Amino acid sequence: MKKMLFILSVLVVASMVLAACGPAGPAECTDELGCAVYGPEDPIRIASALVITGPDAQLGLDSQHGVEIAIAMRGNVAGHSVELQAEDDGCNAEGGQAAGQKIVSDPSIVAVVGTSCSGAGVPMSKVISEAGYVMVSPSNTAPSLTDPAQAWNPGYLRTAHNDKVQGAAMAKFAYEVLGLKTAAAIHDGDPYTEGLANAFRESFESLGGKVVAFTAVSKGDTDMKPVLTAVAASEGGAPEFLFFPVFTAECAFLAKQTKEVTGLENTVTAAADGCFSAAAAEAIGEAGNGMYFSGPDLSFSGDTYTTFKEQYNTLFGSDPISVFHAHAFDATNMIFDCIEKVGVTSDDGSLSVGRAALRSCLYATSGYQGITGTLTCNEYGDCADPKISVSILENGEYKRIWP
Amino acid sequence: MQRRLQNINYLDLVLWLIRVSIIVIVVWGSIATLSDNPYSGRNWIDFIVFGIAQGSMYALIAIGYTLVYGVLFMINFAHGEFFMSGVMTATVFVAGPLSASGYLDRQPVISLLLILAVSMLTSVGVAVLTERIAYRPLRKAPRLVPLITAIGASFFLQYTFRGLYGSEVKPFPQVEALSGKIPFLGTELLESQLVVIIATVIMLVGLYLFVMRTKTGKAIRAVAEDKDVAALMGIDVDRTISITFALGAAMAGAAGVLYALVFRQVHFFMGFLPGLKAFTAAVLGGIGSIPGAAIGGLFLGIFESVGPPLFLDGLNVPAYHQLKDVIAFTMLVLILIFRPQGIIGERLAEKKA
Repeated sequence: MKKMLFILSVLVVASMVLAACGPAGPAECTDELGCAVYGPEDPIRIASALVITGPDAQLGLDSQHGVEIAIAMRGNVAGHSVELQAEDDGCNAEGGQAAGQKIVSDPSIVAVVGTSCSGAGVPMSKVISEAGYVMVSPSNTAPSLTDPAQAWNPGYLRTAHNDKVQGAAMAKFAYEVLGLKTAAAIHDGDPYTEGLANAFRESFESLGGKVVAFTAVSKGDTDMKPVLTAVAASEGGAPEFLFFPVFTAECAFLAKQTKEVTGLENTVTAAADGCFSAAAAEAIGEAGNGMYFSGPDLSFSGDTYTTFKEQYNTLFGSDPISVFHAHAFDATNMIFDCIEKVGVTSDDGSLSVGRAALRSCLYATSGYQGITGTLTCNEYGDCADPKISVSILENGEYKRIWP
Repeated sequence: MQRRLQNINYLDLVLWLIRVSIIVIVVWGSIATLSDNPYSGRNWIDFIVFGIAQGSMYALIAIGYTLVYGVLFMINFAHGEFFMSGVMTATVFVAGPLSASGYLDRQPVISLLLILAVSMLTSVGVAVLTERIAYRPLRKAPRLVPLITAIGASFFLQYTFRGLYGSEVKPFPQVEALSGKIPFLGTELLESQLVVIIATVIMLVGLYLFVMRTKTGKAIRAVAEDKDVAALMGIDVDRTISITFALGAAMAGAAGVLYALVFRQVHFFMGFLPGLKAFTAAVLGGIGSIPGAAIGGLFLGIFESVGPPLFLDGLNVPAYHQLKDVIAFTMLVLILIFRPQGIIGERLAEKKA
């Protein structure tokens, strides 16, 4: 009994000592969602959650490079250096969930740039929002993510376009520019691919075209010939235009096998930004000649983009390898601007960033001049200044042709 | 006692209900599709040919599962990785350079034989090494241990090859000589698919003759029957097991090249799903039996291709091609309910006990 008492008293004293040694509370945190607190010498920590392995790695690496360049060009934020913790979203729901859990278990992370894939964004948006964190995605484009009736959460914003815009642009291009009147769309059940295929279908039909087939494959499928044969045998006849906004591997299988299926030899094929990278062009190979790809319009004007590209070349030894680097750059800078706006620096130089304040600052972004245009966030986190262009693939090179 | 009997009857009833409802859905769906008839005769021939080509690859891979199961009673889950390792290596070191230099199109036969040889040899090498390092030390361990080891070996090989060749999708060059189509019964067959089907038949017949007619084949069958007695008869059991792994891996290496000819892209993760499907095919046909693996593979391939449009189109299921795995595995369940030993498998219970 005496021993127990002794141990207990030692514990009590120890806990009091430890409490006294704790962070010498800078300005007391009054934020309802808590604060990220950094000592005078500590770097501010942000995380990225992008697809950086697997067939779609270039999509995510390109964005991650955008984040790294934003950090390098910015130097200091509110007097602190910035440290990036790079996570992988795996381009699937499980990866998004895992990366989200890992990030919210680290109280020193103030904000997240991610995810790459909408499929990963759906669970991560929930995890991040419930923990009081905030994320800005540079490349999620699925309409459901900013639809309050579907997958929207209060800690979610994006600088990428909403696919309602991209689907409409592709439909317009096919119907008005190419003059094709019948179309088919194939997705793979992922929120991004399904959302985009749906947006395309709605716009194509409202323009007066006919969508003869709307179907899906599964991720990991290799033999697309049965589904393509079914598309070719649609009631309305074989489509003149076939849109499959899926990711690299399935996109390459579809592109190659469309040419082999009887009835689709002359069908014009098109994919979207999920299949728009140097690696995708290589995977598709010669079957991609004459294929169309929609994606964010990268013909940015302005000196920042010139400097950005120089930095990209210096740091990573090539021109940008995919299409969402500038969106990631803008997302990161939006976060930095807000940290500077809402962060409270106390006398000893430590910084406290209120999480709710950071969120509302980001949502209040208006008329922000980024590389990708003038960004203004709406009430559900759609911040993009959406401009879509269509490119054609010729001998392994993407050429912008419209608008 | 009475209550127990009642329980069994109840369970049987549920099982029968499942069987009947599956059959009713299949028949009903088929009738609905056929009466509506959205597809022409040539479409159906196309579906069947796609299925046979895909099934041929499953059959070749399934051989490896069946042979190894025959001698070791072990499911070698790393077999899909033997399939991947061969064709990845052949693509990176042979097909890519040959295509870049134009040799592939000037001498397609020599090039393809070279690709095939490299692929098969790599697969065999990986398989023999895996057997020697990961499986042989566990020969006397309980059966669950090598099974788990095989799963570990599978991950190890996947990520080793990812480290070696990178994680991106690699294109396999289009072989000009095989890019045409041949008219057949009012439709057109892809030459690449025809090559797959013919090559599979040749290899399966060759393998069957090897196992049935040669001395080594006899040794394999003897080891499969009883390892101890085979050893007493002067058969080197370890060597025979290595040969069995090598044979299965050679088939997988060849299947890899056929896969690449048809799908024209390879990836470090490409072995996982075909491996799983081929395992299913081996069980479907009757694991341990070589003709069973062949028939199981073809069966699975055809159901994957014909099943979705035949059973589901008429029921107005949206995006029914996503359900092709559901159909394939439902067929597996259905067949195993009626024939637990597989389509042409023998009853193993007493033999392996």
